[in-house]
Amino acid sequence: MQITPEIVKKVASVARLKLTEKEVKEFTPQLSEILDAFSKIDEVDTKSTKMSIQPVELRNALREDIPGECLSVEDALKNTEHKKDHYFKGPKVIE
Amino acid sequence: MSNEQIVSEVESLNKEYRYLNEVSIQESSAKGKLSGVCVSVKDCIVVKDMQSRAGSRVLTGYSPVFDATVIQKVREQGGTIIGKTSQDEFGFGSFNTNVGLGLNIPLNPFDKTRCCGGSSGGAAGLTQKAGFHHIALSESTGGSIVCPAAFCGVYGLCPTYGLVSRYGLMDYANSLDKIGPMAKKVEDVALMLEVIAGYDEKDSTSVKHEKEEYSSFVGKDISGMKIGVIKESLGEGVDPQIASTIQEKIAVLESKGATVEEVSLPLNNSYSLAAYYLIAMCETSTNLSKYCGMRYGKHESLEGSFNEYFSGVRSEHFSAEAKRRIIIGTFARMSGFRDAYYIKALKVRTKLIEEYKKTFESYDVLISPTMPVIAPTFSEIGQMSPLDHYRMDILTVGPNLAGLPHMNIPAGFSKDMPVGLMVIGNHFDEGKLLQIGKVLE
Repeated sequence: MQITPEIVKKVASVARLKLTEKEVKEFTPQLSEILDAFSKIDEVDTKSTKMSIQPVELRNALREDIPGECLSVEDALKNTEHKKDHYFKGPKVIE
Repeated sequence: MSNEQIVSEVESLNKEYRYLNEVSIQESSAKGKLSGVCVSVKDCIVVKDMQSRAGSRVLTGYSPVFDATVIQKVREQGGTIIGKTSQDEFGFGSFNTNVGLGLNIPLNPFDKTRCCGGSSGGAAGLTQKAGFHHIALSESTGGSIVCPAAFCGVYGLCPTYGLVSRYGLMDYANSLDKIGPMAKKVEDVALMLEVIAGYDEKDSTSVKHEKEEYSSFVGKDISGMKIGVIKESLGEGVDPQIASTIQEKIAVLESKGATVEEVSLPLNNSYSLAAYYLIAMCETSTNLSKYCGMRYGKHESLEGSFNEYFSGVRSEHFSAEAKRRIIIGTFARMSGFRDAYYIKALKVRTKLIEEYKKTFESYDVLISPTMPVIAPTFSEIGQMSPLDHYRMDILTVGPNLAGLPHMNIPAGFSKDMPVGLMVIGNHFDEGKLLQIGKVLE
């Protein structure tokens, strides 16, 4: 797969990363080389194979719907610099 | 040893070798299996009130308000926490050289011009050098326990996926991450595993497995055990001196009554690396989306739209390797590419697990070198491309992808540097690994 600087920039923006021109120049050939090597898995016949999302078989883990202890507002906000009236304060969503 | 003496030793070691991101003592008032034992904690496992950064600048200042389940268990058994060990940022590396911006790279205890291995490099280096009774809590996604354990000459056990709770572990890749112990003695590996193993309702991927006394396996006879030596792991691309060191150890196992045969794992040899990295990067690209300067870690002043703000914080504080992995993982999950990369890798994973499972029908454990080389020098690492870095994990990604327990056993030296032997077991066969470990001590 030929990765172009435009693809790198587009994917980065989807992932909320702003790359410098230097990073785009450095990453483009690296990502091409890496994805080429990864394409090797095409060789494996998986027509009738299911996916393994986990390595061991797991069942849905559900607990009883009983209220338990949860994080206090004070603890939840302990590590943020941006808070107001018991809430997290975020950047503008609508200009 | 008093706490003051321990702090002074750790600080002087840290000055010379940079094994910890944080030196801080938290004692436990409980009495138990870990009374008198110092426990270091990989930076990605949260410890209440102790800065926990997973080796990343984006988490600078993060002071957890809760303990990971493994930490709670260590405290209940009387262990003393001594600090947070160095790692590649979020676990993204095999040499512990991909540390977060502004963090230190640990130096190999046998040769300071060489790396400790990664990503739990600080844990392995400290385990080798500590002069006090110490067990490390480390973590593996694709080989991050056994690789540094091999390069630093200590024991490191990565348990079966789901045996040890991941609650309080900062995710790299949810379907691959496992917490496990590192120590200088097999007995201590078994002891710590006994403490941390067990079902936890706080981790939805935790497995209900009957409690085992891992210590009882240490010293148990191995006669009659069937051992498969992975043929592909001793051929091309493997340092011949490492291969011959492993062969010597295999002879020891035979002399103790084990049956040894060569086995081949052609699918794993050819495809585990690509399948592993695709799955790991896809998972990490979603896991790292939470780091955006809102709730913890690095914040900037709240300017611009949310896209501009989040992108600004992430671009400023993630290192290059984190950005590379986020971009590849995001790309491989995008519409149009998802089937060819992510979904395909998950199907290939099934085939790789089946190959192991079939092999375990005939063998108790499998053996290979842990790493194909001794710890490289920092200048050698500087010459490698990102893909060259990934290729170093060729022997360790298979068992990680399949969630199989595996352990590094120090096996000898090549060019005065430690050589590690890896023993892989079927799911929940940790006991057999400990048996082999003790026989080879």
